[in-house]
Amino acid sequence: MTKDILTIGGLELTSRLFTGTGKYRDDSLIPGVCEASGSQVITVALRRVDLESGTGNVMDFIPRHMRLLPNTSGARTADEAVRIARLARAMGCGDWIKIEVISDNRYLLPDGYETAKATEILANEGFVVLPYINPDLYVARSLVDAGAAAVMPLGAPIGTNRGIRTREMVRILIEEIDLPIVVDAGIGRPSEACEAMEMGADACLVNTAIATADDPAMMARAFGRAVRAGREAFLSGPGARAGMAVASSPLTGFLDAGTAA
Amino acid sequence: MSFYATCTEWMNAGLDERLAAMTETDVRRALGASNPGPLDLLAMLSPAATPHLETMARKASGLTLRHFGRTIHLFTPLYLSNFCTNHCVYCGFNSNNRIPRSQLTMEQVEAEARAIAATGLKNLLILTGDCRAKAGPDYLRDCVAVLRRHFPSVCIEIYAMEEAEYAALAAEGVDGMTMFQETYDEKLYPSLHPRGPKSDFRFRLDAPERACRAGMRVVNIGALLGLSDWRHDAFLTGLHAAWLMERHPEADIATSLPRMRPHVGAYQPATVVSDRDLVQVLLALRIFRPRLGITISTREAPAFRENLLPLGVTRMSAGVSTAVGGHAKSDGDGESVGQFEISDGRSVDEMCAVLRKHGYQPVFKDWEPIFADRGAA
Ligand code: SF4
Repeated sequence: MTKDILTIGGLELTSRLFTGTGKYRDDSLIPGVCEASGSQVITVALRRVDLESGTGNVMDFIPRHMRLLPNTSGARTADEAVRIARLARAMGCGDWIKIEVISDNRYLLPDGYETAKATEILANEGFVVLPYINPDLYVARSLVDAGAAAVMPLGAPIGTNRGIRTREMVRILIEEIDLPIVVDAGIGRPSEACEAMEMGADACLVNTAIATADDPAMMARAFGRAVRAGREAFLSGPGARAGMAVASSPLTGFLDAGTAA
Repeated sequence: MSFYATCTEWMNAGLDERLAAMTETDVRRALGASNPGPLDLLAMLSPAATPHLETMARKASGLTLRHFGRTIHLFTPLYLSNFCTNHCVYCGFNSNNRIPRSQLTMEQVEAEARAIAATGLKNLLILTGDCRAKAGPDYLRDCVAVLRRHFPSVCIEIYAMEEAEYAALAAEGVDGMTMFQETYDEKLYPSLHPRGPKSDFRFRLDAPERACRAGMRVVNIGALLGLSDWRHDAFLTGLHAAWLMERHPEADIATSLPRMRPHVGAYQPATVVSDRDLVQVLLALRIFRPRLGITISTREAPAFRENLLPLGVTRMSAGVSTAVGGHAKSDGDGESVGQFEISDGRSVDEMCAVLRKHGYQPVFKDWEPIFADRGAA
C-alpha cells in the first residue's frame, strides 16, 4: 500500500487523529496522549494560554513535533475570532487556526455566517484556516470559496454523547466538498471515530473523550487505532463505503470506453 | 421583559403542596428527562428525591465530566470597600454594625493586586458594600483600570446598577457580574432588607438581566440559602438561571450556593440547610441545566468542599480574605472585620495541591481580554 498522506495547508500528515488540550485533570498527561495516539495536530484554546504564568502553562506540555492548532473558543463574532487568530500568530502559535464562533452557550452550535466571514479575512492574511461548522452544504461551499484549508463539521452537538448524529449531513460534505473533512465534536467512543473514518472522513478531532478518561493515554491509543482501522476500511474497497461517491466506474466504465458500441 | 412575572407566578403556585406531592415516579421521570422542565427541577428538590441522592450524584457527576472535564476554575474575591448604607439583617457589613469602615486607595488596590497576582490567580472578583457616595461607578472604574493590568478577568459583586452603568464597566474590561437575590420570597424580603437601596426587590431581581443586556460575559446569580425555605429559593434560582440562559444564550450563566454562616450581629438563619440539603440542591441544579457554572464558596469547610468536587462544582475561590485589604496585609494585623467568616482559609497553593490530589486541574486563566476590548480597538 502506498503511504496514505493527509495534506492540509501544505503539511503532510500520516496520522488522521487530531487531539486537544482541554479538560485534562493534569496537563502533564498531554505528552503521553500525543505519543500513544500518534497524533500530529493538537488544538489549544487561546483564551487558556498564559505565556506569563509562573504556575504552569499548557504550552509547556505540548511536544515540539506537534502542529499547533490554536482555536478561537470564546469568540462570539467574526471580528473576535479574527482578533484571536492574529493574537495567536503574534504569540508564536503559527499560522494554523481553528475558527470557532459560538454565541449560543446553551447548545454550543457554531454560527456558520460569522465563521465564513472570519475564514475569508484570515485566509486572505495567509492563515491556514480550519473552520468548525454545522455540517451544512451551503456553509461548507462558502468556506471553500473563502479559502478554508479544511472543513470541520460537528458529529453531534457538544456534550450530547450519543454518537454521530449528523451522519447523513457529514456524508454529503464528504461527497461534495473538495477539502479535507475533519469530524469534530460529538465523538465519544473509538467506535464512533472508526465509523466516521469508514464513511470517508479525512480525519477526526477528539478531545473530551480522551481527556476525561480514567487513563487518557490508553484511550488515546484506542482512538488512534480506531481511526486507522476506519481509514483502512474506507480505503480497502466498496464493501465499507456507502453513498454515491465513487470516483471511477469499475462496473459500467465499459459503456464509455468506445469498444462497447 | 422581567423574570419577575415568572418568579411571582411560581412563588404563588403552592410550592409547599407541590413539593409534598412529589413521588418517586416524579423523581425518576425527572432523572430520565432529556430536557428537564420546572416540575422536574421541583421533583429533584423535593423530599421524595432525598433517598435518591446517590443516583442523582451519578448522573450529575457524568454530566459535569462531559461538559466541564476534570477542571476547576479558581478565583479570589477582593474587598474594595465595606461602607454600606443597607441594613441586611444577616450581614456583618450591615450599617448598624459598629465595625471599622474602610475603602482601598488606588495605591492599596495596586498592592492588593500584586499580592494576589503573585499567587498566580488570573480571575478576580471585586466586592464593595452598597454605598455610591463612597464606592461609586467612578471609583470602580479607576479600580478596574488598575486591576486589569494584573488580571485578564475582573468580575464585580457590588450593588445593583443600571444597564448603562454595567455597559460602562464592561467597556472598561469587567467581564462578569455576580448578584445574589438573597431570597426570591418577595414577602419575606423586606424584613431582611428593611432600609437602603437594596430594599428594592424588583430592581435587584432584574439586575442580572440588565448585566446580560450590557454584554457581561459571565452572569452569576444565587440565593443565600437558609434565609427562607431553601427548597423554594433553590427552585427559583434554577428557574432564574434557565430564564437568563434562554434569553441570553451568548452569556455564561452560573450560580453560587452560599448558605448562612455566623457573623457579627445576632441574626440566626430561618432554616438550617444541612450538608445533605446542599448536596441535593447542587445535584438538582446540575441535572436541570448541565452547562450551568456552579461555585462553592469558602464558607464551606475544606473536607465538605472536596467531597462536592465530582458532583457538579465548576468554580471555587481560594486564598480568600473577606476583609477590606486582607490580601496584602500580613495575617494577624486584621484591623478590618470580614463580611462573613470563612471555613476554608487555604492558600492558592494549598488548594491547587488538593485539587490535583483529587484528580482535578486547577484552571487559572480561561479568558483572553481581547474579547472585551472591542471599544478600545
Ligand atoms: S449584604 Fe451587602 S448590601 Fe447588605 S449589608 Fe452586607 S454589604 Fe451591605
